[in-house]
Amino acid sequence: MTLFAVACAGLFPLLHLGRPWYFYWLFPYPNTLGVQPQFRSPLVWDVFAVSTYFTVSLLFWFLGLIPDFATLRDRSRKRFSRFAYGMLAMGWRGSAIHWHRYEMAYLLLAGLATPLVVSVHTIVSFDFAVALVPGWHSTIFPPYFVAGAIYSGFAMVLTLAIPLRKFYGLQDFITLRHLKNMAEVMLATGMIVVYGYLMEGFMSWYSGSLYEKYMMLNRMFGAYGHMFWALILFNILIPQALWFPRVRTNVAALFVIAISVNIGMWLERYVIVVVSLSRDHMPSAWGTYSATAWDWAVFVGSIGLFLALMFIFVRLLPMISIFEMRGLLQEERMKDEG
Amino acid sequence: MSKPTIYGLMAEFTSPEALLAAARRAYAEGYRRMDAYSPFPVEGLAEAIGFRKNLLPLIVLIGGLIGAAGGFYLQYWISVVDYPLNIGGRPLNSWPSFIPVTFELTILSAALSAVLGLLALNGLPMPYHPVFNVERFELASRNRFFLCIESADPKFDREATRRFMEDTGPHGVYEVER
Repeated sequence: MTLFAVACAGLFPLLHLGRPWYFYWLFPYPNTLGVQPQFRSPLVWDVFAVSTYFTVSLLFWFLGLIPDFATLRDRSRKRFSRFAYGMLAMGWRGSAIHWHRYEMAYLLLAGLATPLVVSVHTIVSFDFAVALVPGWHSTIFPPYFVAGAIYSGFAMVLTLAIPLRKFYGLQDFITLRHLKNMAEVMLATGMIVVYGYLMEGFMSWYSGSLYEKYMMLNRMFGAYGHMFWALILFNILIPQALWFPRVRTNVAALFVIAISVNIGMWLERYVIVVVSLSRDHMPSAWGTYSATAWDWAVFVGSIGLFLALMFIFVRLLPMISIFEMRGLLQEERMKDEG
Repeated sequence: MSKPTIYGLMAEFTSPEALLAAARRAYAEGYRRMDAYSPFPVEGLAEAIGFRKNLLPLIVLIGGLIGAAGGFYLQYWISVVDYPLNIGGRPLNSWPSFIPVTFELTILSAALSAVLGLLALNGLPMPYHPVFNVERFELASRNRFFLCIESADPKFDREATRRFMEDTGPHGVYEVER
């Protein structure tokens, strides 16, 4: 999910360059123009952050799949599949020494990936926070974006896991308890995001800054006021249902709430980007943006790309880690016997 | 049947506990050149066959440090020596703004070291290995557990080692051709 989402998301920074075919100019490489990127810019930080995020996620994903490629290799009946999975498994034979190093590598990667998530979303928030634009220049942004990322991440996991679980009969692997735990994390991070909104609102008054005050009033009652109130509904109000235990264990309700959060987070980014840009510090930059049919087409196309990649993945590779499930079953058996 | 040297002898077990017990006995018996195979990691198995030193954490640490130093130096050299720019009157060596990229390159470098280090230490990719010559071995990635004592081991003797292995209660004992 992460990989395909990053791939889709990574398209847009490239497109917004205006001349996307020059995207490689953002990297420091020896060139005939004699120029180098400017490292004090959040846009350049973003290049390194998103590239690292994509690469580390890819490595983590691939590492986790190696023993499962070996399983698929050994179970293949057709020569081509045995060859293909065999190449990917790279000769994995389940040696105890290899497993020992493997577990260490997996643990280390997990330990690296956690601060990576925090740093990547912080750097992405800097694209806004380091700028002067009212509504962007706020120190709450890094924790707000990280919490928002985890919030929308868990919502996406639920959006994908619930149908996959139903249509592939995975209820014993992705149990109701898992879904309930995910719902609780969603509720917790959702409340952090609510805190972020409240702080923005509070500081727009407490700071005494005319520009901040106008920004907040414009968000609520300006040309895009309906987006703001839709945001409140989808991101804040609907997920409050998760306080009730009955809702947290109701699969259909969780699916609806997860979709609501997906929509809400999209609205949040829209409100942040479009509303603040429509009323910048410079009145000559003021304007009212509305999406064209082409904007919507690119957006829907990126969702299509994501779904296509997901379905290809589900068709060819294990959705759930096979060797980890085997290990868990073994642990359960030993607990029963012991 | 001709008698070229075989790679070793392999015993098949139906449970990880049986494999672990057999591995411990083999180590106690004095066998050192051996390996155990399982479809999922079994705790204590690597130690049982004598594996002690895992170099991976050190490799990852060194990789991370190289990433950090390299990342910072890259930015320093570009911003101070190669292509200095006056951005908002900041000093050329504006180290606080170099931190995000340095951090990311540290993580990237450490992660690459972890995966490449793992593959290198494990000797992968290794498309051929003698153990794959045993037909039953395809179950090693499914639900069977194997112990293989190599013929290169000083204590290895075709008949004596076979008798020892049969004594540990396996599902079967097989010869592994080279």
